[in-house]
Formats: sequence, C-alpha cells, structure tokens
Amino acid sequence: MSDEAKDDVVKVIRTPVQLDYNYSAGRSASRFLRSIKEGKLIGQRCPVDGRVYFPSRGSCPQHGVPIEGEPVELVDRGTLVTFSIVRIPAESVPLEIPFVTIQVLLDGADTILMHLLGNCDLEKVHMGMRLKARWKPKEEWEESVANIIYFEPLDEPDADYDSYKEHI
Amino acid sequence: MAELTAVVGIGQTHHKAKRIDVSQAGLIREAAERALEDAQCTWKDIDAVVIGKAPDMFEGIMMPELFLNDAIGGAYKPMIRVHTAGSVGGSTGVVAASLVQAGIHERVLCVAYEKQSESNATWALTISMPFAVATVVGAGGYFAPLVRGYIARSDCPEDVGIKVAVKDRLNALKNPYAHLHMEDITEDMVRESPMLWDPIRYLETCPSSDGACAMVMTTEKLAEACKNPAWIHATEMRSEPTMFSGRDQVMPQASLDNAAALYKKAGISNPRKEIDCAEIYVPFAWFEPMWMEGMLISERNKGWEMTLSGATALDGDFPVNMSGGVLSSNPIGASGLLRFAEAALQVRGMAGDHQIDGAKRALGHAYGGGSQYFSTWIVGSQKP
Repeated sequence: MSDEAKDDVVKVIRTPVQLDYNYSAGRSASRFLRSIKEGKLIGQRCPVDGRVYFPSRGSCPQHGVPIEGEPVELVDRGTLVTFSIVRIPAESVPLEIPFVTIQVLLDGADTILMHLLGNCDLEKVHMGMRLKARWKPKEEWEESVANIIYFEPLDEPDADYDSYKEHI
Repeated sequence: MAELTAVVGIGQTHHKAKRIDVSQAGLIREAAERALEDAQCTWKDIDAVVIGKAPDMFEGIMMPELFLNDAIGGAYKPMIRVHTAGSVGGSTGVVAASLVQAGIHERVLCVAYEKQSESNATWALTISMPFAVATVVGAGGYFAPLVRGYIARSDCPEDVGIKVAVKDRLNALKNPYAHLHMEDITEDMVRESPMLWDPIRYLETCPSSDGACAMVMTTEKLAEACKNPAWIHATEMRSEPTMFSGRDQVMPQASLDNAAALYKKAGISNPRKEIDCAEIYVPFAWFEPMWMEGMLISERNKGWEMTLSGATALDGDFPVNMSGGVLSSNPIGASGLLRFAEAALQVRGMAGDHQIDGAKRALGHAYGGGSQYFSTWIVGSQKP
C-alpha cells in the first residue's frame, strides 16, 4: 500500500448508541425503593442464616432462597469497611477527582453498600471510621440510593477491626 | 473415561495499544494462522471452533462471533462462543479441551481476543444500576478496595505491588509479543507513578492492548505424531455470586475450591513443589501474592513473602508470569488464553528467552468478574 493510500484509510467512524431500560423491580425491591423515597432504609433477613441484606432484593444470593418475612429498618450510620481514593475520571461518574469510594457496613446490616465519602480530608480516610449519611434536601428525594449524597465522618471512636473484617 | 488431550499449536499476535493495521477479524486471523502453522495443519483439518472474548460492551459490538464466523473458520462447522468476563480466555481453553476430552471432536481451534483500541473498557465497566450509586470507575475502582483489604489483613510491606510491577515488566523484555517493553523500568518509577485508584498506582496496572491468542487441541493419537505436545493434565472452573453477606472478596471460596479440585485431578499434593512455573492472571500487581494464596500455592496471608523473597522471579523456585503477564499485555478477552498458552509453551520448551529450563508441569490461571469466575489448567511435557 502506498503512503497516500494508507492515509486514505478510514480509521474512526462514530455510531452513537443510547440504551433506555425498562426495569421490573419486583415486590421486595419496589418496597425498598418506595421506602428510600421516604428517607427509610429497608433491609431484609435471609431465612437460612438470619443475615440482613441491604438493599433487599427478594432472594439470598448465597442460599438461593426467597427473602420474605418482615422488613428490617436500618439507621443511616455505619462503618467504613474498605475504600479507594480515585484519581481517574469517568463520564458516567459525575464527580470531581479525587473522590473517595467506600464500602460501608450500615449498623444492623450484614452486607456492604458501595457509596462515597465526603466532608473528610483525604489523609484522614481509614478503615473502621464511623460514618453517617448526608442526605439530599427532602424535596429532592427519589426512588434512589443517590438520595444519600455521601457518607461523612461521625465523631465516634473507630469500630473494632474484628467487627467488620469478614466483609472485606 | 476422558480422551487424553494435548495442545499441539499455539499462536498469538504482537500485542499493542493500537493494531490499526488489522480489523478484529484480521487480529484473530493472525493468531489463528500461527497456531495452525505450529500444529502443522490447515483450516480444513479443524472440526470445531471455540471463540471467547470479554463483555460485548467493550467494543460495543453485540455477539461479534456472528460476523467473525468466516474469519475464524467456523463456516459449516460447530462454533461456540464462551463468555465468563475477564476469565473468558481461560474458559475458552477449557471448553475447547472438553470437546476433545469428551470424544466429540478430534481437532479443535480456540481463539480469544480483544481490540481495546476500538473499545472503552473503563466506560463499559462503569455502570449505573438501580440499587447503587455509580462510584466504581473501571476495574481498578472495583479491585482497589480489595487490595487495601489484602494489605490490611496480611500486614505486608507496602512495596510488594511495586516489586511485582517491575518483575513482570522485566520479564516482558524477553517476550517479543508483549505490549509493554519498558527497558528503563525501576521501582522508583513505579513508586512515583500516579496513584490512580489508591492503593493502586498507574504502573501497578495492566495496559490496554489489542491482541489475540489461539490454540489447536487434539486427541492423544493425533498428538503423538507431533513433536512436543503439551498434555492437558487437568482443567477446572468455578464461579460464585458477586455479592453476598460475609463473602470473602479478597480470597473467594470459588478460587480455593477451584484450586483444590484442579490439583486433585492432576494428582498434585504440593503445588509449590510439583509445579515448575505458573502464568497467573495479575491485572493489578497486588494480585500476584493474592492469587498465590487463592491458588493454595502459599500459606494464607504469606503470598507476599514469595514475591519479596524472589521465589516468583524467573530464577526463583516458583516463577510466575514469565511472559510478562497481564501487567505487560492485556487484550482482555485473550488474556486468560494467553496465560494458558504460555503455560503450554513452557512445557513444550518453546517459550524462547523466557523459557524456564526443564519446565515439565505448568499452571495457567484466569479470573474475572468481581473475583467470581476462575478457570485454570495444568499442562505437562509428559502424559499424566
């Protein structure tokens, strides 16, 4: 191929795609989503080992059984299990870098929630920190975990490592 | 009784950031033709084709096996697409092997690829879901908290990742197919590289590569006519849910179960002693010590000692990622099959400058998803 012909090669064409999803949340998840719109955090207990899943999704992924029974209401505070400070941007994450992604174990829950840490110096972030949710103004609440803007430090002693180590 | 099966042909591309000289079809073709040439056979001799690649969202082409059917020699033959996230290359090898082991086909071609220059893996892996806030940026965003968990529980020095990153890049200098050839790599360079996803630095991260890998597998009878087949001693796969209460994300049960089952099949009781070298899926440097433990090669929380003592170096007693590994080339869908292929090259004595002298038994390993898919094999220079 001559150099001219090489330059003539089409290297990029743009074909944008947009995906809109129809999503059937189901009974359990619908209750969770309606509750969080009211500022309530609803989990459910696995009938096999009694562990509290948050958010409840209607079945236990470990035991493959339906999670029925009474919902468990949780408080909006918990423990930072592990984290990363992210310095790489992404189109679908509308945050200024650096930002801190966290796995938080809500008090009374037995599953971790992936969320963000705010209102905290980067040097001070550490495992075991006690955290509290910072909510959006009530009038902006939707059926979304994003009603919580981020978690922020709570003025409490760190949780004992043994209390959250199995969730790492 | 399963049919004894061997690898008799191996091919791979020169992996690069951008292979704009070839299409996806051309990329696969390059690897496949090298594998056929190595196996001294032609497209006509292939009975079935197995193709693997990572999520279709990467290149944005759904079911690429449809348009690739002719390029991979699938026309009028059985063709199977495999998908198990990042471990897919390994699973593709396992599925291809099983078609021969089951006595269904005599000669099977498997191919796996990724063309990351036509894709945006970080975008594809940064997903919004109805129950979560979108916080995970790419694979590094997912794995960084787990690496932090490993560091905390093993109480290891902070420079283990740096050591792995340098070792694998030095190994890659001996591999002409590797994407990264960093002649001047040093520990300081890695240490001073940007902290992308704390505690993972830029140079502790795999590159984005275009590349493909292919293998021809065949029966005992046909393999005996070949010069130096790699005999498949055992294959194993496992999976587990991404999330459940009390899940050990750092050391998943599926990994431990997979390792135990693999060694049992291969008749291995002490993997550290009985395996000569290993190609392990290490996309972020810290996963070398993590998978030394996850593959039951090291004691729990001591995997990092193997790295620091030099055991996993080319001249160590348990060399890992002689080819430079995923840290030096990462065409995602192909990366698992490359691990399997490099293990086979070692026992065939065909690994060139990164050959381990006298390697008789080697481990190939891949993992994927949220550390939830595992595929592995043991190959040997002798029949099992």
